[in-house]
Amino acid sequence: MKKIRQKTLALGSAIMLGIMGVANAQEVDLVIVSWGGAYTASQQKAYHEPFMAMNPNVNIINDDSSAEAVSKIRAMSEAKNVTWGLVDAIASQAIQLCEEGLAEPIDHDAVLAPAPDGTPASKDFGDLIVSECFIPNIVYSTTFGYRTDLVKEPPTSINDVFNLEKIPGKRALEKKPIVNLEWALIADGVNPDDVYDVLDTEEGVDRAFAKLDTIKDEVVWWEKGAQTPQLLADGEVVMGSTYNGRLFSVIEEEKQPIAMMWDWQVFDLDGWIVPVGGPHRDLVMEYLNFATDTQRLADQAKYISYGPARKSSAPLVGKHATLGIDMAPHMPTAPANAKNTLLYNYEWWADNQDDLTERFNAWLAQ
Amino acid sequence: MVENVATTDIVKTADGIPLKISLAKAQRRSKIRGMMLVLPLFAFILLTFFVPIFDMLLRSVENHLVPDVLEHTTRELVNWDDRSGELPPEEVFAAAKLDFEKGHSERTILRVGRRLNYEVPGFASLFRKTARRAKNFESPYKEAFIERDKRWGEIDTWRLIKREAGAFTMSYYFSALDLEYSPEGNVNFKDKDSRIYLKLFWRTLSLSALITLLCLTLAYPIAYLLSTLPLRISNLLMILVLLPFWTSLLVRTTSWIALLQQEGVINDLLVGLGLITDDGRLAMIHNAMGTVVAMTHILLPFMVLPLYSVMKTIPPSYMRAAKNLGATPTVAFIRVYFPNTVSGIGAGSILVFIISIGYYITPALVGGTDGTLISNFIAYHMSSSLNWGLAASLGVLLLILVLMLYYLYDRVVGIDNMKFS
Repeated sequence: MKKIRQKTLALGSAIMLGIMGVANAQEVDLVIVSWGGAYTASQQKAYHEPFMAMNPNVNIINDDSSAEAVSKIRAMSEAKNVTWGLVDAIASQAIQLCEEGLAEPIDHDAVLAPAPDGTPASKDFGDLIVSECFIPNIVYSTTFGYRTDLVKEPPTSINDVFNLEKIPGKRALEKKPIVNLEWALIADGVNPDDVYDVLDTEEGVDRAFAKLDTIKDEVVWWEKGAQTPQLLADGEVVMGSTYNGRLFSVIEEEKQPIAMMWDWQVFDLDGWIVPVGGPHRDLVMEYLNFATDTQRLADQAKYISYGPARKSSAPLVGKHATLGIDMAPHMPTAPANAKNTLLYNYEWWADNQDDLTERFNAWLAQ
Repeated sequence: MVENVATTDIVKTADGIPLKISLAKAQRRSKIRGMMLVLPLFAFILLTFFVPIFDMLLRSVENHLVPDVLEHTTRELVNWDDRSGELPPEEVFAAAKLDFEKGHSERTILRVGRRLNYEVPGFASLFRKTARRAKNFESPYKEAFIERDKRWGEIDTWRLIKREAGAFTMSYYFSALDLEYSPEGNVNFKDKDSRIYLKLFWRTLSLSALITLLCLTLAYPIAYLLSTLPLRISNLLMILVLLPFWTSLLVRTTSWIALLQQEGVINDLLVGLGLITDDGRLAMIHNAMGTVVAMTHILLPFMVLPLYSVMKTIPPSYMRAAKNLGATPTVAFIRVYFPNTVSGIGAGSILVFIISIGYYITPALVGGTDGTLISNFIAYHMSSSLNWGLAASLGVLLLILVLMLYYLYDRVVGIDNMKFS
């Protein structure tokens, strides 16, 4: 009796193990965290679907938590249970995660594919690799859109954002000091190369706030990238800053009477980081190699108007997948749009963000 | 004889044990059984309520990072007198070199930089700059550090490290109360330009009080109507109160945006009626008014229900008797009806007030700049600035505030007088 029981037990566990083994070979769930909406959709089309077609046993699960990526990874790491394989983050988040030891340093040339002409990945991405843990995907910019039917003459420079006589009406700006202080100083006549030197002084910060003071009553402050397009479409504001891809979709896809004002657009980068202690590391590296090669980055631009981070991808950018329009002129990096651009100083903001955000919030509450 | 009486006096059970003891035993057993029933709830509350609150208390003062990573430096700094007016001795710099080297290879040193950057902006980059090269520093280390960055030659830099060298810190609480250390170590109020949290606490309290008052004024007649109408009609009206209660919070909040915004329904209506001009559209949302209107609507059922349940129990004969005795309807209401509803008012008010003090989603969506509350800043420090210590200390202060108000309420009205249903 006892023997039989032992035998059935052994058989049962063998079957169990067998099932689990088969299940493992069949299905691997890989959690990839990104920003959701149109952005995740473009990654789904350009990266996830072809990768899953090549690896039928891999199932990619999208998680739209990138906005809270740093705090969630920190919490997961404290709980010693990191469930995310790969995370899409903006450069400042990537730098912070790397400095806190929460993201893995990447050997770019060993992990990533070289350009088609053999240029190693680190050269192809160039100085967009702003942190050893960061693999840039796209260049995006924070820039302005305005209602063509609600302004008498179209704004042409950043000065017009601060010019209530030329362009009366509400404008939408992001509810944080980053970018706004730089714009205020440039509009106040500071040489763009000296912006951070000026901001390094107490008087410089005062000067930036004084300039913002001139339009404070006419500003609607946004917190989510989707707000400005909505405010513009509703006619709640006549102009507003947001990410260029959001403006592209409200102009070209929704055909709203809105146009772009690219003057002193502020470039930022978005890309991948690998959380320390995350699952399926080998698979993640395989995915990274595939999803950041020259063709894949160029493919993403078919779905959303953000510039690919590889130099070698630029010539391959084609037409929009459904609208059929040429995407190259809509890239923030296109020469006609990129006459005046600013890449904000990550290091300076890492030092001063806490302090100036406090001052900014106090200023808002006045 | 006497002895005999004493023994027979004690009542015993069948097996010879005194009844008293046997009863106590049986009662203890049933008590334990009763306790076993509440045990899951007790464990649940412990795990989901007390542990997180304790964790929050701990986080608001916890500072292990600095002494753990700057292990040697903080130990050497003990011997340095920060009022001596001189830089720390060479031993401190040598210890710092050790800590920076180790912290760089373990990728922990920049966490300390970010931590100290909360106190004085610039420490993040100072640590970043130094950590990269610390490996190659050679004796004398003091010169090597100062050559890398002249801030290492400033006494205030070392004063800060010495001040934050302990395993616990009060600095998060000081930030949460708009206070800061001067370089000499005194605690002062911040510049007027940077003070924010006291104002926010005040705003949270005053807006919550206003919302409670509005809820009360709106809910009182509704509850009265509900309690006096015939059941057939009052049930129908009750559904009208409960329907929004069951609707998603986000749906209700965003509907208010559609109604109140400048190009929204109400403004369109007012312009259409010619009451305001097209340029003079009212700003009714993304400000304090938006928060008050939307939250009053959302919290209204919390006021209506306790009031209703109290009013339902007041016999109509009371009012009739008062009138019969010669009181005018106003006097009858003030002297007879109203005092009977006080327990409902108390319950509803404390419910609405305490819920609104910690409210988060609605002010975040419709509050703009002057309608956001302290909880929005706690969320900001949790998810954006990642200053969890400050978030925790703001949370603790909010908790203390609520407990104080609760205590006051208990003294004035009495918790036992509350009636929720």
